[in-house]
Amino acid sequence: MHSFGYRLNGLLTFSLTILTIMCAIASLSDNLNTPSPSAEIQIININRFQKQPQGNDEVSLTMNISADLQSLFTWNTKQLFIFVAAEYETPKNSLNQVSLWDAIIIAKEHAKFWIHTSNKYRFVDQGNNLRGKEFNLTLHWHVMPKTGKMFADKIVLTGYSFPEEYR
Amino acid sequence: MDWQGQKLAEQIMQIMLLVSAVISFVAGYVLGSFQMMMIIYAGGVTLTALITVPNWPFFNRHPLNWLDPIEAEKHPKPQVAGSSKKKGSKK
Repeated sequence: MHSFGYRLNGLLTFSLTILTIMCAIASLSDNLNTPSPSAEIQIININRFQKQPQGNDEVSLTMNISADLQSLFTWNTKQLFIFVAAEYETPKNSLNQVSLWDAIIIAKEHAKFWIHTSNKYRFVDQGNNLRGKEFNLTLHWHVMPKTGKMFADKIVLTGYSFPEEYR
Repeated sequence: MDWQGQKLAEQIMQIMLLVSAVISFVAGYVLGSFQMMMIIYAGGVTLTALITVPNWPFFNRHPLNWLDPIEAEKHPKPQVAGSSKKKGSKK
């Protein structure tokens, strides 16, 4: 270590390499976490269920969403991105997923929540298949880490269906 | 810094960085705070830099014994004959 600059360079390089290894181990430690999330979605009302001039069905609904996602947070979690999607099958597509609402949860304390909301994004079908259709509401979440791997999972809630007639 | 000092500085640097990495990771994991890990690690790196990078006296405890100037004068360098024969001497 021949000179001041040489030693400084060696120190900085080594310290940053070790920092990379520490972040990798921090990300691996996320696998030790066993989460137990729970969620419930209630459809309070179907506000509008009409066929658009172009021929596609459009729905507007109000939901009660309640969830406890606190167990998903670890020391290495930056935020949790969650969204509710309606999933159903049509003759044209084997799976349709329409995102209705999303949110970003930054702190563990906010991960246990209850919200009464209408759909944030428009629910428009490709066609007019929704009358009497059964669908699932799925709560997806993406656990975004401070460093490392992002985990994504979901809870599927079944048993919802549209009315038989337009209103 | 002399040769022994250089080796000592390098050893101290590697060991101190590894130790601060371990301490900061364990502290961060136990406290559940990523920020604490970064702060403790940064403190460890700064401390290591202060100890190993500047040329402290304790790194110079085995100084090299260069030849005394008086002794060098008694044995003058051989004069090169002023001819075109040049010896390319590599230092």
